[in-house]
Amino acid sequence: MNVSLTVNGQAVTRDVDPRTTLVELLRNHLSLTGTHVGCDTGQCGACTVHLDGRAVKACSVLAGQAQGAQVTTIEGLADGGLHPMQSAFRECHGLQCGFCTPGMVMAAVDLVKRHPDPDEATIRDGLEGNYCRCTGYHNIVRAVRRAAEQM
Amino acid sequence: MSDSSIGQPVHRREDERFLRGQGRYTDDIHLPGEAHAYFLRSPHAHARIRGIGTAAAAQADGVVAVLTGEDLAADGVGGLPCGWQITDVDGNPMKEPAHPPLAQGKVRYVGDAVAVVIAESYWQAKDASELIEVDYEPLEAVASAARALTDGAPRVHDEFDDNCCYVWEIGEGGEVDAAFDSAAHTVSVDITNNRLIPNAIEPRAAIAQYTPGEERYTLYTTSQNPHVTRLLMSAFVLQIPEHKLRVVAPDVGGGFGSKIFHYAEEAVLTWASRRVARPVRWTAERSESFTTDAHGRDHVTRAEMALDGDGHFQAMRVRTTANMGAYLSTFAPSVPTILYATLLAGQYRTPKIHCRVTAAFTHTTPVDAYRGAGRPEATYVVERLVDACGRALGIDQAEIRRRNFIPKDAFPYQTPVALNYDVGDYEATLDAAMEMADVAGFEQRRAEARSRGRYRGIGYSTYIEACGLAPSNIAGALGARAGLYEAGEVRLHPTGKVTVFTGSHSHGQGHETTFAQVVSDRLGIGIEDVEIVHGDTDRVPFGMGTYGSRSLAVGGTAIMRALDKVIDKSRKIAAHMLEVDAADVEYDDHGTFRVAGTDRTLSMPEIAFSAYVPHNYPLETLEPGLDEMAFYDPTNFTYPAGSHICEVEVDPETGRVEIVNFTAVDDFGNVINPMIVEGQVHGGLAQGIGQALLEACVYDDASGQLVTGTYMDYTMPRADDLPSFRVDTRNTPCTHNPLGVKGCGEAGAIGAPPAVVNAVIDALGPLGVHDIGMPLTPVRVWQAIQQAGGSRAA
Repeated sequence: MNVSLTVNGQAVTRDVDPRTTLVELLRNHLSLTGTHVGCDTGQCGACTVHLDGRAVKACSVLAGQAQGAQVTTIEGLADGGLHPMQSAFRECHGLQCGFCTPGMVMAAVDLVKRHPDPDEATIRDGLEGNYCRCTGYHNIVRAVRRAAEQM
Repeated sequence: MSDSSIGQPVHRREDERFLRGQGRYTDDIHLPGEAHAYFLRSPHAHARIRGIGTAAAAQADGVVAVLTGEDLAADGVGGLPCGWQITDVDGNPMKEPAHPPLAQGKVRYVGDAVAVVIAESYWQAKDASELIEVDYEPLEAVASAARALTDGAPRVHDEFDDNCCYVWEIGEGGEVDAAFDSAAHTVSVDITNNRLIPNAIEPRAAIAQYTPGEERYTLYTTSQNPHVTRLLMSAFVLQIPEHKLRVVAPDVGGGFGSKIFHYAEEAVLTWASRRVARPVRWTAERSESFTTDAHGRDHVTRAEMALDGDGHFQAMRVRTTANMGAYLSTFAPSVPTILYATLLAGQYRTPKIHCRVTAAFTHTTPVDAYRGAGRPEATYVVERLVDACGRALGIDQAEIRRRNFIPKDAFPYQTPVALNYDVGDYEATLDAAMEMADVAGFEQRRAEARSRGRYRGIGYSTYIEACGLAPSNIAGALGARAGLYEAGEVRLHPTGKVTVFTGSHSHGQGHETTFAQVVSDRLGIGIEDVEIVHGDTDRVPFGMGTYGSRSLAVGGTAIMRALDKVIDKSRKIAAHMLEVDAADVEYDDHGTFRVAGTDRTLSMPEIAFSAYVPHNYPLETLEPGLDEMAFYDPTNFTYPAGSHICEVEVDPETGRVEIVNFTAVDDFGNVINPMIVEGQVHGGLAQGIGQALLEACVYDDASGQLVTGTYMDYTMPRADDLPSFRVDTRNTPCTHNPLGVKGCGEAGAIGAPPAVVNAVIDALGPLGVHDIGMPLTPVRVWQAIQQAGGSRAA
C-alpha cells in the first residue's frame, strides 16, 4: 500500500506492507534511524515521535494510520542548532548510552508543551511512559525542568 | 593549554550525536545485499527434539536458508566456551556442559534457539519460522536451584550424574565453627537475592558479513568487549583465524554486563553469512531479550555472624546456592565465587570467614554478570546480617558498623577472604552520609510520619566492592581462562592532533569525554583535538573491554602508560631540537618541555611535527613518528566503598513503600569528571532500588516457563518510581594506579538494595516485621505486616 505523509517538513510517499508500523517506515524506509525500538509491547517509549504535534509511540501506530499526517522525529526537532530540550539534556547529563534519548526528548518536549511550568512530580509522572536504564531519571528530570524555563 | 580539565564536569562530547539522532547503533547499520535472520526458539524448558521439519519453511516466500543444530554440527561449529573454570572442594574441575549455539538433541530453557531462518525480509523470516515443525517430546523441568539439587530432580545435562555444577569454598571452616561455638552471640539471616533481567534498552543485535575475496568476516555486534568476542569465536566456536575476523561494537545502548558475553546468535550469524554468501542481520525482539540475555543474581543464602559481648564480629559463616541456568555463560562460574565470597568481609574486621557455594544447573536462561556481579550479592548478605546483628544486640545501626570498621590507619588490610584492601576511610563516608541524610533529625520525621499513619524507617549500607578487574596472574590462579589487562594506544598526528585507541568500550560511560580529559591534560592539547576510538578490533590493538567498573582504572592506566612512552620519546626529540641533554629537559606534565632553568620551551604539537617531518631530528638514535601503545596489567583490585542511607515511608494499608530520601556518599578515589561519576551513581542506584522494590524474574518451577517475560510483567523502574538522589564523595586515591582512580559504575547497584530493605525493616519493626524479601512489592509488604499481626497495631 502507498502511504504519503510529511516527515520533518518533507513530503514523502512509500509503498509498504500493510502491517508496517510508523517506526519501521521511519527507520527502514526513510533511513531516519534516530528513532529507536526498545520493545515490542509499547512499553519503553524509545520510539516516541510527534504525530500532528502530539507525542506517540511509533511502534504502536501503523504507517497507514499516519497517512496525510505531519510527523516530527528527533532529526527534525531542531532547525540547525539544538532544541532547548536537547541542550538541557546535554547540560544536565540527562543521557548516557543515548538509546532512550531521542524518545525521551520527544516525550519531554510534548510534556512541556502541555505543562509549561512542571514541578518534579509532574515531570516524573509525564515521563513514566519512557524507560531509561542508565540515568536513574535524576538528571532527565533536571533537564526537563531546565528546558521548561527556556522553552 | 591553560586550566586542567581534571576534576571538572566537562560536558560530554558524545551527547550531540545522540541528541540529534545521529548515534550509530548496530541496528542502524545496513549492508548491501543483507538478509534477515529470525531465530525459532523453544517454547519448552526441557524437551527432546525428535525431529525438525524445515521443508515447508525453506520453500516459503523470500527464504534463503533454514539452518539447525545439525547443520552447525555438520560444519564442525563448536560450542560456546566458558571463560572461567572453578575448581571444586575436592580439587575437581566444575561440570562444564556442551553449549551448542543451536540446540542439538534437547532444548534446556525457554528461548533456547532451535533453528534460524534467513530470508529477504524480517517478516518473511518470521513468517517462515512458523512453518518449521519441531517434534518436541516435552520433559520434566526444574527452575529452582534448590529443587534442582534434590535427589530425583530432572537432570539438565544427561552427561552428568546430577545438577551440581560445583561446590566451592573459601576460608577455614573449622576455625569459623570453633569461633561460633565460643561466641557470646550468634545472629543469622536467610535471604534470597532475586533473579534480575538486565534490560539494556537497546536489544542485542548483530550483523555478519563474509568477504570471499579476502576470506574475511566482519561482525557488528552489541558488545561491551569486541576483542573478547573475536577471540572466543575464532579460537573456540568457528575456528576462523583470528586475524580474519573483525568485530565491531559501534554505539551500544547500555550493557550492564549483559553484553559482555559471547552469545549464540553472534556465532550463528557469522557462520551463516559465509554459508548463504550474504550479510545476515538480526535484532532481538524484547521478548528474546527477556529469555536469552544472560540473567543476573539468583542466590539463596544462609548467613551467620558470631559476635563477642560488645558486638564485635568474631566470625562469619555463609552458605549460598547459586542458580547458573541451563548452560555456563561466558563468565558465569566466577560470579557466585571469586566476585562474591571474596567480598564478604565488607568494610569490617571480621577475622574469620567461611563461605561455601553450591552452583546448580536448572532449566532456565543462563545467569552471568549483571551490574555488580557477585558484589551486590555479597553486600546484600553482609549488610542484611550486620543490620540483624544491630537489632539483635540493641546496638544502633551506625554504631555497630563503626565498632567493626577497618580503621583508616590499618591499610593495607588483608581480609580473611583473599583480598588486600589498599586504602579507604569508612568513617569519613559514613559521617558525611549521616550529615547529608540528616540522621539527627530522623526520629522527629518518624514521629511526624506516624501522625499521618505512615511508618518511616532508615536503613544503612556500608559497602565495599573490588573493581579494576584484575591482576591476570591472580585471576588465572582463580580459574580465569583469559588475561584481564587492558591496551591503549596514543597517536599524535603531524598537526598536533591526537587519536587514542582504547580496548575499553563505552556504552553510556562517557569514555570519549573522560579519557580525552586525561589525555588532554597530560599532553597539553585541547580536548577538542583528542579523539577516542574504541569498539573495533581492526582499529584498536587489543582489549579486554568494559565490565567490573574497570575502564578508567585499567583502560585509563594503559593510556597513561602509552602517554609515558610518548613523553619519554618527546623528551629525547626536544633535547635534540633544543641542543641539550635529555636529562636537562623538564616536562611540566601538561604539554611543555623546558630546558631546566631557562625559558626555552617546546610544546607537544611542535615535537609531534618534528617527529613526522624529521629534518632536525636524531634519526640515528630515534625512529620518526609519535605513536605509542601499552598494555597494563593491574597489580591489585581497586576498592571503591561508601555509605548509603535510605529513608522510606510505608503505607500500612497498602504496603506501598516510598523512598523519601536516598543518600550515597562514596569513595571512588580521584574523580576525573564528577558530572559523569554522579550520573553513574544515579543509574546504579536506580537498578539497585529496582531490585529492592520492583524487579523480579519469576519462573514457574514446575514448567520452567518464564512468567515475567515482558515489560507488562517485569517491573522496571520508571521515572515516577524513583526519587531524586543526594550523592557526594569522600575520596581516598587508589594507591596502585597513576590516576588514583577506583571505579564508580557499579556502586549504586551494590550499595542500594540492603539500604532499602534495612530501611523498610526499620520502618516496620513497630509492627513486628523483622524480615522481608526482595522485591518489596506492596503485596509482599502488606502480607508481611498481616503475618506479623501488624494490622492490629496499625
